[in-house]
Amino acid sequence: MTVTAATTGAPAPSPEHPHLAVPPRNFKTPIVLSVLALLTFVVFGLLGDASDVTFRLSDANDAVPLAPLVVPSQLFCIVLGVLSLLLTAFAYVQAVRRRGVPLWVSLVVGAFFVVALFASVGAGNSVPVVFILTGAIGLSTAVIFGSLAGVIGERVGVANIAIEGQLLAGAFVSAVVASVTDSLFLGLIAAMIGGALVSMVLAVFSLRYVVDQIVVGVVLNVLVIGLTNFFYSAVLADNAETFNFPGTLPYLPIPLLSDIPVLGPVLFNQRITTYVMFLLVPTVWFVLFKTRWGLRIRAVGEHPLAADTVGINVNRTRFWTVTIAGTIAGFGGAALTLGSVGAFVREMSAGQGFIALAAVILGRWNPWLAAVAALLFGFSRNFRIWAGQIGSPIPADLIAMTPYVVTLIAVSVLVGRAVAPAAVGKPYIKE
Amino acid sequence: MTTDSSIKAQPRANQLLAEVLKGSVLRTVLAILLAFVVGSLLIIFTNERVIASAGYFFGRPGDLLSAAATAVGQAYSALFRGSIYNYNSSTLEGAIRPLTETLRFSAPLIAGGLGVALSFRVGMFNIGAQGQLLVGAGFAAFASYQLHLPYGIHLIVALLFGFVGAGFWAAIVGLLKAYTGAHEVIVTIMLNYIAISLITYLMRTPVLHPPDGSNNPITIAPDPSAVLPKILGDAFDLHLGFVLALVAVAIYWWLMERSTIGFRLRMVGINPDAARTAGINVNRVYIIAMIASGLFIGLAAGNQALGRGGSFTPSIDSGIGFDSITVALLGGSRALGVLGAGLLFGAMKAGGPAMQAADVAPEVLGVVQGLIVLFIAAPPLIRTIFHLPGRPGRGGSPRPTRKPGAPVMDPLPAVVDDAAVGADAAPTHAASSTASATSSAGGHGSPGGDPSGTASGITGEGANR
Repeated sequence: MTVTAATTGAPAPSPEHPHLAVPPRNFKTPIVLSVLALLTFVVFGLLGDASDVTFRLSDANDAVPLAPLVVPSQLFCIVLGVLSLLLTAFAYVQAVRRRGVPLWVSLVVGAFFVVALFASVGAGNSVPVVFILTGAIGLSTAVIFGSLAGVIGERVGVANIAIEGQLLAGAFVSAVVASVTDSLFLGLIAAMIGGALVSMVLAVFSLRYVVDQIVVGVVLNVLVIGLTNFFYSAVLADNAETFNFPGTLPYLPIPLLSDIPVLGPVLFNQRITTYVMFLLVPTVWFVLFKTRWGLRIRAVGEHPLAADTVGINVNRTRFWTVTIAGTIAGFGGAALTLGSVGAFVREMSAGQGFIALAAVILGRWNPWLAAVAALLFGFSRNFRIWAGQIGSPIPADLIAMTPYVVTLIAVSVLVGRAVAPAAVGKPYIKE
Repeated sequence: MTTDSSIKAQPRANQLLAEVLKGSVLRTVLAILLAFVVGSLLIIFTNERVIASAGYFFGRPGDLLSAAATAVGQAYSALFRGSIYNYNSSTLEGAIRPLTETLRFSAPLIAGGLGVALSFRVGMFNIGAQGQLLVGAGFAAFASYQLHLPYGIHLIVALLFGFVGAGFWAAIVGLLKAYTGAHEVIVTIMLNYIAISLITYLMRTPVLHPPDGSNNPITIAPDPSAVLPKILGDAFDLHLGFVLALVAVAIYWWLMERSTIGFRLRMVGINPDAARTAGINVNRVYIIAMIASGLFIGLAAGNQALGRGGSFTPSIDSGIGFDSITVALLGGSRALGVLGAGLLFGAMKAGGPAMQAADVAPEVLGVVQGLIVLFIAAPPLIRTIFHLPGRPGRGGSPRPTRKPGAPVMDPLPAVVDDAAVGADAAPTHAASSTASATSSAGGHGSPGGDPSGTASGITGEGANR
């Protein structure tokens, strides 16, 4: 069963079985890394701006003020570029020796690239680190919830294209219920129910009526967009104070922890929706990979016939697992309204459900990696906002394009074939 | 599942008749009807007069009912006036103008729907019509004012640019799927976003942007020689695009039902492994299919870019990309089905403003569209609701119309199901029991007994991820 360990790559041929075929050398990762490293070294370094860049690590009113970090942009990028090139060389060596490239190498090279990007764009300016990180988390909250729902769904063998609809349903229902009942808590509960209902429709149609899951997902998105648009313009728009004025969840700073420099304001001064997200990522991972229930879920997603043989009710497991995934996505929808702007706006999920879907695949069906991938999208969106504010020479539209290009490359080059749970998208029909 | 190959395929005429009587046509009509009923309920429950009269329902129940009837009547009569025939108009031109508007709106939907439908038939899910349309529109716009050619030739060249743009954007999907195994759903979604950013960027640069110094993304208006000519005189906006869409329907029908390429495309769609075994280069078929799909969407792009004769912004897509998917699903990926679905959705687009004027939120039509496709996609559901015959299997349990390993796409494997389910069900229902199976495809699919049953272990969709 392919689970998590796909990242380490192929092992070296074992000495006791010399007759076994050696795995082919795989240069995909090193090639991608060398592109990143060269960009860091040449574009941001050699061709970069020589002026200073200021990394602002804390605000003036923070408990523990940190001095801003001032470095010459060009030199800094050259150093990062050289380090990236060294790591890339190591990756090539690993590939020649038919070993996998460790994940940390890719992550470090990627991180260096991002830091160099900030240092280069922010040359002669300052980089507000806390603002950028907080904004990134804020912008990716809904995507992370959606990607967790996607991971759970695909692990149990149901392709969930309807994440977009679940987010939107959650956002709509939470705003309306919280406005009408005047209770943000009830709004959150309602969001979960809303997401679950969309999931249940998906489950009923794909499991009971065996309609193609992608088709149902796409149609459900159309349906939820249509329904929310209709109710928005028929009811909400004219009676905003009654139906669309829920307010926002308060920030809940955690004592002491929120005073830690940089990390404190980023991680420990957030809304309840964000804290739930922080807890949910490890929880989903634990449930999927460390519990009996998770094993059943994965068994159903990988080999439903085998799961059925040992007495697991495949379709019932799928139904309830997908429903739970829907509650998670619905909750993520509430993060868009109650956890952010405090009102429902037409089609406010704006494709984030599709981004979540990409994060699922980019994250190789692993909750941790999917969350990281989702964070990457939020990060790049926030980067675009910041770059627009300081008047970056790089056109904003091209920056906006970057995460999608990265995903495209990653999906086609790095992820490759046959990583998904084997039975995704296939209905199971008992003979 | 048992497969009894002794049951022969019925003569085509019988199948067609059975289908009309019990099968997909009736079911489609019922699905549309049901969707409009649900839409009526939405209109009723949000109507102010209905809500007001609900307060004294037990005192005068008639008020509520009449208010509800009025609300629904006004909404749908407005839709009719806006999309088919405006009986309030004093002139003939004004009266039939809505119909021409419906045809105008349906042209890009038909073309785009054909493109998406073609990918469905090959077992690929092209969600990227939006991006392909944008790139095609950008290309067409570029040719429409940067090149200065004589009348006739200019229009053809501009349309060709649209084909090239959309075909190129779609070809990326096919190439990535063929050579890296990347799943086309994710690739097309990403390419949609990339196309939006890219075209928006180009609309800010001199490539597409007029030299007026502003930074708003917009194109230059096309030369008059590159605009699709109006076909009913200046009183109507209907232009050549609709005729081209009809031509595209004919080409699509010939391509998919009669040509060798189409046979290969369908074969891969039904079972890529069997096709590979039979010597078809499946990867090449994926690439060809995506390019062909992009070419049809390129017609929708040309229609959008050259149809109105004005400049346009990145919102030129106006939802056609995604509507194409629903059109293709509703049309069962068949030429005539897509034509009908495109006309229906075009009518809804044309009728929206009239509904708005009648104080009904036209967004209800979005719900109706979604519901229609949802109902169509689940034949057993409609059968259950209306107690239609033709449900295969035992007892009351709606037996699924698909085998475990059958290909995943719904509109495609109907052919497979036809053979398989037909064997299960009573012979009289053989043809009617599946969604969109029609005679000609069944004729190709069934002679080998059960083409999917034997090699059904691994299918393309999941394994290629």
